Amino acid sequence: MITLDGLCVSFGGADAVRGVSLEIEADEWVMLIGPNGAGKTSILRALCGLIPFGGVAAIDGKDVRTLGRRELARLVAFVPQNPITPPELTVAEYALLGRTPHLGYLAAEGRRDRYAATQALERLDLLAFAERGLGSLSGGELQRAVLARALAQEASILLLDEPTTSLDLGRQQQVLELVDSLRAEGLTVVSTMHDLTLAGQYADRLVLLDRGAVVAEGAPGEVLSESNLAAYYGASVHVVSDEGGTFVLPRRR
Amino acid sequence: MTAVDSVGAAPVRARGISRPWRFLSGAFLVAALLVGLGVGPVGIGIGGIAESALSHVPFLHVHSSLSSVQEAVLWQIRAPRVVLAAIVGGMLAIAGSAYQGVFHNPLADPYLLGVAAGSGLGATIAIAYGHVGTEGQLLPVASFIGGLTAVAAAYVLGRSAGAVRTAGSLVLAGLTVTLFFTAIQTFVQQQHTNTLRDVYSWLLGGFSTASWRQVAVAAPYIAVSSVAILLHRRVLDVLSVGDEEAASLGVNVPRLRLLLVIAATAGTAAAVAVSGLIAFVGIIVPHTIRLLVSTSYRAVVPLSIVVGAGFLVLTDVLARTVISPAELPIGVVTAFFGAPFFAVVLRTSRTMR
Repeated sequence: MITLDGLCVSFGGADAVRGVSLEIEADEWVMLIGPNGAGKTSILRALCGLIPFGGVAAIDGKDVRTLGRRELARLVAFVPQNPITPPELTVAEYALLGRTPHLGYLAAEGRRDRYAATQALERLDLLAFAERGLGSLSGGELQRAVLARALAQEASILLLDEPTTSLDLGRQQQVLELVDSLRAEGLTVVSTMHDLTLAGQYADRLVLLDRGAVVAEGAPGEVLSESNLAAYYGASVHVVSDEGGTFVLPRRR
Repeated sequence: MTAVDSVGAAPVRARGISRPWRFLSGAFLVAALLVGLGVGPVGIGIGGIAESALSHVPFLHVHSSLSSVQEAVLWQIRAPRVVLAAIVGGMLAIAGSAYQGVFHNPLADPYLLGVAAGSGLGATIAIAYGHVGTEGQLLPVASFIGGLTAVAAAYVLGRSAGAVRTAGSLVLAGLTVTLFFTAIQTFVQQQHTNTLRDVYSWLLGGFSTASWRQVAVAAPYIAVSSVAILLHRRVLDVLSVGDEEAASLGVNVPRLRLLLVIAATAGTAAAVAVSGLIAFVGIIVPHTIRLLVSTSYRAVVPLSIVVGAGFLVLTDVLARTVISPAELPIGVVTAFFGAPFFAVVLRTSRTMR
């Protein structure tokens, strides 16, 4: 379980996150939405200890700041929006990097680590690519490789920053389905999401942020209202709901 | 999620160094050492070297066929020279690969980062004001302080060079530091023309005065720092995904960077203290390995020691034979090959993050 209580992040005097409080249950998929600069990414980065913050960010009751870096990395896997993927590294080597928090500081990967990486690649249908260089992969394959690395980390919490940018529509759906299927194995997922229609279909719960504060929270159908999107995105939209989810359609004023 | 004990496929692994490359690099080093020992005004064949070496092993009862002059040339002149060139070459190459890894910069090199100039200045000041001899035990320490100052200055300067931190800005910062330190160096030399007569030729770099004593001075530092870098070869691969992602994988990036910079600088300083300023070894050797073998630091770091050692031994052979009986400063030879190589790396390398 993830607990945020009065979380604050500031960069050089400017407040990016101002007092966000949130509880995220195990197995839940929570998506952070909001206009550019709302503080979505900062919340993810605070949660995995990459930036200093005020207030409380805790995992299973343990403050992120008191957990060691390695210990934290065994609990939380982070996939940034634009991961650095050295083109010459093979897919297998890249997935093995995910084993870093489980290894002794100067140790090499053992059998157990190689199995974990192999399993992650198998899970993401990448075994055939294991010996290929990252530079030779397509956008969708690359995104799967990045997920494989996060999976090899064997953390119980997966933080995804805009997992679908730079993917075409079909690949976006494939990646999100994949993440959804990983949840069956007991994964808690927190992601930021630009595409509100996809957010409306895959998230258990949406958290709408504006200028660093939570302005709406709840089921997609409640948060994605025409008035909310007008107020916080300055957008004119038409919202349709059916049993498949909530769909946000931009409409010309 | 827990991994089951077996998966359908054979478990994946990271590429190491393939067997042919292990053999080839080892053979290259051995060949370079033999050439280094055998070539010179007094010719000594491979058989003679082997016999003489075995004759020094107790209980084997092999008798050397070399004359006493040949024996002296081999063991008192050539062997220390070859060994010193080998450990300095290995050190400069492995230090280059370490700097390239921690600074995410393909152009990092002990010389270009200003480490060599700083080490040179540290040593010069020690000789000029501290009355430390050119073979003194304290020389590597003075070199180390100078080198560490230089790399810290280059790094801070390179970082502040704007939001766009390209591979070039670190090198420009390193060159700025080098020029500044060289100016101080010249000043100190002018002030102490008597005591520093031989500092100039020492700074040009070379092994013409190599002795077992110099080997003994430099070897401990070089051994410790090489082993430290060698142990970090996998972690250097983790750094290749950038500081932030490495941190999210549980690596303490600032501590790691500090540790590796100290190790590489200590080794470089010891190398500079006994051989002067030798440029480009840290660029040529790691990049050749990347090109031919693998870009993974698991291959680049260990092979850098072996290939760097062989490379500098052969370069030294060139330096002392091209205009024989005179000698070229070895730094001139490495720069002759290194500068064009550097230009190629500069052209082809995208900025490594």
